[in-house]
Amino acid sequence: MTITDPLIDSAVVERTLALALRSGAEFAELFAEDRSSTSISLDDSKVEELCSGRDRGVGIRVVAGETTGYAHTADLSERGLADAADAAAAIARSGTGEKRTVALEARAVRNPSEVGTPPSDVAKATKVELLRRADSAARSAGGAIAQVSAGYSDARRRVLIANSDGLLTADEQTRTRFVVQCVASGDTGLQTGYQVVGKTIGFEMFEATDVEEEARNAAAVALGKLSARPAPSGVLPVVLEKGSGGILFHEACGHGLEADAIVKEASVYAGRVGDLVASPLVTLVDDGTVGGEWGTLGIDDEGHQTQRNVLIDKGVLTDYMWDFLRARKTGRDSSGNGRRQSYQHLPMVRMTNTYLLPGEEDPDEIVAQTPYGVYVRKLGGGQVDTATGDFVFGMVEAYLIEDGRVTEPLRDANLIGNGPDILGKIDVVGRDFDMCIGTCGKDGQQVPVGCGQPTLRVSGVTIGGTAGA
Amino acid sequence: VPELLDVARRIAGAAVAGEQVEACVSWSRDTHVRAYDGDIESLSSAESLGIGVRVVNGNRLGFAYAGSLDEEVAREVLAEARDNATFATEDEHAALADPDGVEPVRLPIWRDELGAFPAARKTELALDLERRTRAGDPRVRQVTEADYEDSAYEMAIASSTGIEATTRRTRCYLSAHLIADDGTGDQTGYSYGAGRSPEELDPATVAADAVHRAVRLLGARKPASSRLPVVLDPRVTATLLGVIGRALSGEDVAKGRSFFAGRIGEPVASSCFALVEDPTDPEAFGAGAIDGEGLACRRVVLVDKGTLAGFLYDTKAARLAGTVSTASAVRGGFRGTPGVGARALAVEPGTAGQDEILRNIGSGLYVQSVHGVHSGVSHVSGDFSVGARGIMISDGAFGEPVREVTIASSLQKMLQDVVAIGGDVERVPSSAMGVTLAIGEMAMSGA
Repeated sequence: MTITDPLIDSAVVERTLALALRSGAEFAELFAEDRSSTSISLDDSKVEELCSGRDRGVGIRVVAGETTGYAHTADLSERGLADAADAAAAIARSGTGEKRTVALEARAVRNPSEVGTPPSDVAKATKVELLRRADSAARSAGGAIAQVSAGYSDARRRVLIANSDGLLTADEQTRTRFVVQCVASGDTGLQTGYQVVGKTIGFEMFEATDVEEEARNAAAVALGKLSARPAPSGVLPVVLEKGSGGILFHEACGHGLEADAIVKEASVYAGRVGDLVASPLVTLVDDGTVGGEWGTLGIDDEGHQTQRNVLIDKGVLTDYMWDFLRARKTGRDSSGNGRRQSYQHLPMVRMTNTYLLPGEEDPDEIVAQTPYGVYVRKLGGGQVDTATGDFVFGMVEAYLIEDGRVTEPLRDANLIGNGPDILGKIDVVGRDFDMCIGTCGKDGQQVPVGCGQPTLRVSGVTIGGTAGA
Repeated sequence: VPELLDVARRIAGAAVAGEQVEACVSWSRDTHVRAYDGDIESLSSAESLGIGVRVVNGNRLGFAYAGSLDEEVAREVLAEARDNATFATEDEHAALADPDGVEPVRLPIWRDELGAFPAARKTELALDLERRTRAGDPRVRQVTEADYEDSAYEMAIASSTGIEATTRRTRCYLSAHLIADDGTGDQTGYSYGAGRSPEELDPATVAADAVHRAVRLLGARKPASSRLPVVLDPRVTATLLGVIGRALSGEDVAKGRSFFAGRIGEPVASSCFALVEDPTDPEAFGAGAIDGEGLACRRVVLVDKGTLAGFLYDTKAARLAGTVSTASAVRGGFRGTPGVGARALAVEPGTAGQDEILRNIGSGLYVQSVHGVHSGVSHVSGDFSVGARGIMISDGAFGEPVREVTIASSLQKMLQDVVAIGGDVERVPSSAMGVTLAIGEMAMSGA
């Protein structure tokens, strides 16, 4: 046995899985989760709330033919697990009720993110102090800073996953996150700026993260936007600075490369492996193994080791992302992309860390070679319709480019495009690179993901502002 | 299930001198069925329960929760909330709700029929919806989602300040998402129906509406950018009202985080625009008897004939602003702390039908759906920019479908530019009602 301190005794897991198979199902899985979290919020210069949470439970999934049954419980006794197994197995009624057995073989997986200082070892007062420092730093940025809020959170999530194929594995996932938001007030109204940092490491994150500097940067963005002019309305070249522009790939093609959309032919990328789907400058990877990044996991939520998957290689579509169930039906291996928000949710295909590999251009040159356009320093989020490929993403810090120079700040607006169209219009890719963090929502479930990209230019994107282009 | 209020009382009763303790205990049971290609793709059933405890001691607030009603766990949660309170900043406004004498209204929002409805009939509803959606039009190429969902929810709140309240409600939904193609490219359509018990759901209506919304976009193109009048589909209006409700949070206003701050008594909208928050309206999807702090929900006038008349407050925001709570605390079950929010926003409907509004507008854009609200709308600055799909209005009627455009303005300007409100109220599963709404001018960005 290589799994230390299991959430549930493996003999109990074996009996529960055997029970779940009795009504004739061909596959059963047990997902146990124990999550403890701390979050602290500061607002209006006051530490308003310190929350501690504990969630522990088990979800049982049963597959019979085309149908999946799922039930979960917070009762971890063998009786509680048996009830959940019965409820999940209710979808399969073809079985003879004969006794089944499951023999588990433990498989240990190393999580790529190394935790130096577990957040639970750090005093609450130390965490609170980070927020106070951020608040003072932001407020010292100028009298026009009207409001500051800051948040700290950490979570430790232990999972144990076993299935009727004999898999038994476990992972421990730690996340630490800091966010600061500033509101600046002036004659033109109110404007906001924020910074967020998150890693799958412990409290040592703050050795490399200067919360005061993050706060000053957030304040500077809000102050700068007070003099922002309305964003243009129409099609312009857009230069995306390294980092948060990764959201473009997450929306423009990431979701469309998830196997559930592919299998249902609900993606513009279905049936297109081997085709040129993007500019040859585009090599896109989804990689759950990058130590410390926000979407990194040892195993996915179906117990499969995460891996580095090349999705688009020099513009050519090479593969989709797969969860276990869909991979199994298709007769291939999971790509380690089966994830779920918690034990209360069914797993589905999700991204981990999705990023574009760097190119060769000097990022400053990309701006210098753009006579007129928009320079986006930070994107804030987006949404896609995978079937049509149409997607939006919002700029939260952007500037005009005039005569090859970054000039005036622009007010926030959404950009809109079509995935395959935008990917084909990427005409320069820089040699720099950065990652950013996000929370991806799909079918009502939220999971942490990483995004990344080098500075790059899209030759034409529709900018949803109110001013003339 | 143990009596939730007994559990809450027991925890609140552990308060010691000088301390306030509030316990929120909630239970829910949810079912989700998805049909695909004539089969049940998945059937999930879930029961969830737990406690959330707030402690105020020396004007400091702490919170902790756990997904269990176990007595030992409850003691740990209370201890953790007490410990957490010691790290908060002393804040004279931090306090739990005090009973204010307002009696909760009795609302018919719980149906025993849901509990008695057999699982097999829930799967039949999903299968029927999928079949009808697929058969709704020869151009339907795929039905990606055909779902039945329901939820039964009970919550009890008790506090050492004298609050004792319970609420419960049932909800159920059907929703369908499909892809249509006529050779000009894919278009997607989505629709839903909601009710308190499954008998209120009609798969035929949901299927027909979802199909209609997809096929009417077939052949959509990306039009040239222009400034034009915009007519919002009732469901889009509900989304817009939700964002406006966020900016009407008394907490954000008091903290200088809303463009409505300091504008009470001023004209903030067209004179035809009146907005209330009324969770006591039994027809409202978000109807509720008590708020997240256990106070009786009540009607709040927010905008009256275009003039800003009020904000939404929970206990803390009210103390911060020197007023009383409007019972507008919302909380997401036992895991969340209460915060200011709307649950049943309603505009005063007009009398015109949608056809009449289109005729009066003459030419413009009818917006069927919007995308990227979370990334393109700020309730702080009021900046508004969202992706949209819809149909051009020409000669006072529906013309060519359009896609891949954005519509932009600011919330401040949009409220002033409201030129017509329909009489076609639609009760949508959201914190606001739906109704056709016309805005005099917005910037549409396209090709």
